[in-house]
Amino acid sequence: MSKELQNASTSKLVNVVLHDIAHARAGDKGERLSICLFAYNPDLYPFIVNQIDESKVYEHFAHRGVFEVRRFLLPKLDGMNFVIDGALEGGVNGSLNLDGHGKSLSFRLLELEVEIPNTLLNGGKNYE
Amino acid sequence: MLMKNAPFDQMLIGCGAGFSGDRVDAPGPVVDHLIADGRPSVLMLETLGERTLALAQKARRADPEMGYEPLLQDLLEPILGKCLDANIPIVGNFGAANPSAAARLIHEIAKAKGLRPPRIAVVVGDDLRERIQEMELIPWEGTHPGYQLSKSKIVAANAYLGAEPIAKALSEGADVVVTGRVADPALALGPLIYGLGWQLDDWERMAIGTMAGHLLECGSQISGGYFADPGFKDVPDLARIGFPIAEIHADGRLILTKADGTGGRVDVRTGREQLLYEVHDPSAYITPDVIVDLSAAEIVEIGLNRIELKGVRGKPATETYKVTVSLSGGWLGEGEISYAGLNSGARARLAADIIEERLKIRGLNVRSRIDLMGAVSIFDSDNSFLRQQMDLSSHSDLRLRLAVEADDRQTVEHATQEVLALLCCGPAGGGGARRNHVERIHTVSYLVPKSSIQAKVTFA
Repeated sequence: MSKELQNASTSKLVNVVLHDIAHARAGDKGERLSICLFAYNPDLYPFIVNQIDESKVYEHFAHRGVFEVRRFLLPKLDGMNFVIDGALEGGVNGSLNLDGHGKSLSFRLLELEVEIPNTLLNGGKNYE
Repeated sequence: MLMKNAPFDQMLIGCGAGFSGDRVDAPGPVVDHLIADGRPSVLMLETLGERTLALAQKARRADPEMGYEPLLQDLLEPILGKCLDANIPIVGNFGAANPSAAARLIHEIAKAKGLRPPRIAVVVGDDLRERIQEMELIPWEGTHPGYQLSKSKIVAANAYLGAEPIAKALSEGADVVVTGRVADPALALGPLIYGLGWQLDDWERMAIGTMAGHLLECGSQISGGYFADPGFKDVPDLARIGFPIAEIHADGRLILTKADGTGGRVDVRTGREQLLYEVHDPSAYITPDVIVDLSAAEIVEIGLNRIELKGVRGKPATETYKVTVSLSGGWLGEGEISYAGLNSGARARLAADIIEERLKIRGLNVRSRIDLMGAVSIFDSDNSFLRQQMDLSSHSDLRLRLAVEADDRQTVEHATQEVLALLCCGPAGGGGARRNHVERIHTVSYLVPKSSIQAKVTFA
């Protein structure tokens, strides 16, 4: 456990958007959307695991007609993979959406908020 | 004749294209890198998606000599001679819906440039159009439950073939291997099976080779493409981004880098994003050749723009091939008009309301959607859930987009006409009205028993 994470147990919690602490990429197969999500800082990975669960993602994409969300954890990559069924309203060859692939939806996921210890805040400069 | 002396203890696979529409000057630096390196090498070009195969089927229906990758000539002309001289085979799914016609074009390019006649292999067997009506189709897990296939609308059906026919083509001395639908990673795995002497039931090696293909298949998506997020994830020189090169050892070591002297970046983060790209359950990434288990996979940076993939495991392949069925999907129409400046949010919203009412008044039986680009579009749903809740008053440059779908062109044109009519009959200050109409092909996926499909290699 890093020094920062030890300090984190006594620090105040602050809200950030996922985009500040994680990166993501979306892809599609037919009507199935998948989005992989990775913490920039491994110390923040447990906070994402605890808070960005299947039901939270389901809720965030519910307006698109999602009927199932599954999450797969990949701790060795500081990452997780979401498989989201039903969000593409027809998929690339059947959708009326300009983005029929749903490629842009990684940034929809990154809008979600996460509570993290303020000692782990680093001003968004996660990647040199 | 480097590739003719297989097996080797290591080889390189460079990727020069990651989708139909990719940069046509990308393969050049990759080929130069492979030649300078000197190890046995193959160039792969991946140009075929679910959408592009459907478009290729349309093109072939309109003209029997078309239906291959439209940019094939632009992609191959600058590099075909270099690859033939250096004995670097080119493997690509640019045959799309018409591999034989693609092979004829490549012969023409070689002839016109005064090159030696290439030995061109064509992989066939993926095209199931003639047989699909009688085949046993098992629904693919990602297909919407309850989906009913209307067999009368089927215009094409293609199976995702595996790596074996590509390996066979190379073992028979192919300079170019033209395929239609194959699993994208097979474009790399096939050359590795041949070049490194791997056995088809060596599941660990099949998994490594498949992941080499998976990391390469989207071209620059592993070398900094589709990655930049300024201030968060910066990528140098995207205008000259380098395409990726995999170095694979016979013992299964896999290293990813990119063409020398190019822009972009290859690091643990670009690697991770591409590793899981379009993967569903990471413990069971299914291809025709193997089931890959990525649960314990990790990416290690071993140098500048050099990463190594470790911890990949393989399990025996399934007994089925995935098949993409293309169906005639009616017509898509789009009409757009812009509103900018003072009170434009209210004027655009009024325009949207008018369109919805006009479609009802005219009794047009269309599936429809309206976006207000500049405020909310691609995140929204067809029933405009997000737009209904949105305060548009802070937006001052909006473009209304109507999208409609119907079985026939005329109905779609009647609907988009309503956008043009807003120029006079709509709110004040609308401008820049445009519309377009395209015939659609839908796709849906199934599984079929491998025993019902025979992949073949012929030389053109």
